[in-house]
Amino acid sequence: MASALSNLQRTVSAPVVRPRALRDPLWLRLTLMGVAFLFLASFLLLPLVSVFAEALRRGVGAYLESFNDPDGWHALRLTLLTAAIAVPANLVFGVAAAWAVAKFEFPGKSLLITLIDLPFAVSPVISGLIYVLVFGAHGWFGPWLSEHDIRIVFAVPGIVLATIFVTFPFVARELIPLMQAQGKDEEYAAVTLGANGWQTFFRVTLPNIKWGLFYGVILCNARAMGEFGAVSVVSGHIRGETNTLPLHVEILYNEYQFVGAFAAASLLALLAIVTLVLKSAVEWAHARRHG
Amino acid sequence: MSSSRHRSVLPGFGLSLGFTLVYLSLIVLVPLAAAFIEIAGLTWAEFTAAVSDPRVVASYKLSFGASLAAAAVNAVFGLVVAWVLVRYPFPGRRVIDALVDLPFALPTAVAGIALTAIYSKNGWVGQWLEPHGMQVAFTRVGVFVALTFIGLPFVVRTLQPVIEELEPELEEASATLGANRLQTLARVVLPPLLPALTTGFAMAFARALGEYGSVVFISGNMPMKTEITPLLIITKLEQYDYAGATAIAVVMLIVSFVLLLLINLLQRRARRIA
Repeated sequence: MASALSNLQRTVSAPVVRPRALRDPLWLRLTLMGVAFLFLASFLLLPLVSVFAEALRRGVGAYLESFNDPDGWHALRLTLLTAAIAVPANLVFGVAAAWAVAKFEFPGKSLLITLIDLPFAVSPVISGLIYVLVFGAHGWFGPWLSEHDIRIVFAVPGIVLATIFVTFPFVARELIPLMQAQGKDEEYAAVTLGANGWQTFFRVTLPNIKWGLFYGVILCNARAMGEFGAVSVVSGHIRGETNTLPLHVEILYNEYQFVGAFAAASLLALLAIVTLVLKSAVEWAHARRHG
Repeated sequence: MSSSRHRSVLPGFGLSLGFTLVYLSLIVLVPLAAAFIEIAGLTWAEFTAAVSDPRVVASYKLSFGASLAAAAVNAVFGLVVAWVLVRYPFPGRRVIDALVDLPFALPTAVAGIALTAIYSKNGWVGQWLEPHGMQVAFTRVGVFVALTFIGLPFVVRTLQPVIEELEPELEEASATLGANRLQTLARVVLPPLLPALTTGFAMAFARALGEYGSVVFISGNMPMKTEITPLLIITKLEQYDYAGATAIAVVMLIVSFVLLLLINLLQRRARRIA
């Protein structure tokens, strides 16, 4: 399900100039391009631009003033902390899973790949719900946790866990096909020449997969910082404590503080733009090397 | 790990597979199993009552209907966008290609409030629709608009590689045999794209069914009218109706798993044809 979502192997090659009989007639080209641009402009560009327009509606002063909000800064710090835990965790998992799948043969391999994809098929709301069922007051470990005064749900650990769940497949999905395509010959050579496992990984495998790894991390990070539904279920919405930046946007919006809501949203929109730019840059670098 | 059975000189099989299985179980499989175990405590009658309550059924209808409509619109326009991006050279193609991924990169809550601002009656688009009696924000149309936004990249990204790999010989043969360009497009180009188009449609549909963040702001969340199923799960949770929330969640999970299976089958078939 994720293969359309992220695939570094997708090359963005320039259209080939075709003989006349194989070219679409001018009227058709203009019509299709018009339809495509109008659709993309109204459905994608307009929402992106409107975030900044709404944030600046009362002028730059009001926009900057809205950042004078301790709860907002706390939300930003929590979002960064969450991503700083979730992304490395899924990075290590993605590398381990890709190493096992790409370098060895074992029964149940295709089932394992399908199971890794599973979190993408689950609604974000359900991703949060299942952690409430496990760690919540009425959940499996609820009584034991409250006895030992440990809070997971409606606290930071729950937010981190739900974020790890929704971003679970990103790095693995990127690395598995990449490492399968690269095969095992270079690693065999390294081991034959006397390298141990870690030396082989860090000096042979890692340089080969670094772009795919970076690509997966960018996408994983964007989702980790932007996740709303799953985090909303487990957060408990305690202001200044368990609100991430997207949840803070929701609170301000529901309190009709539109400039503040869109100002906070503009930070997240900037993150999206940086993500798209980095993603294109990696695709471009990769295509040039392997093109 | 028995190295004789795997006959690999590479180390780390036990460590990497062991870690993968433990992490997968702890993060994904055990928590998901919790949902199924939670509803095992319900009798069949309690379960069916929870998942077929009129308010729940109304939310299924909205979620399914709006997701289907959004996926269908994405299939049509996504095909056009993918075709234009692959086949027509124009300046700025790279920028537009990157923009297609915006719904993956933009947090859903941000998309939600932005779409609401655009389509509310003073908004950039809403103010033009209002005099014609068309309301988008806080109606079912709004739900459809949000789901169209988040589903678009699935269709475009599934189609692009397939369009790139179309063999030009087929189009040449068709032109040589006297077909005009429209006939060639309809009878030679379109049929091999159908499996990928169906896959993209199914992915956009599956994503739309579970979507929450971009919808809740624009939908208005009126029970029986503009309440999507994921929102209903949250509502039940907030009323501490864990069993009720989980029962609906299990119905959605089963639908999602069936869709995932279907998408995997479609992709495998598409690969065989290609």
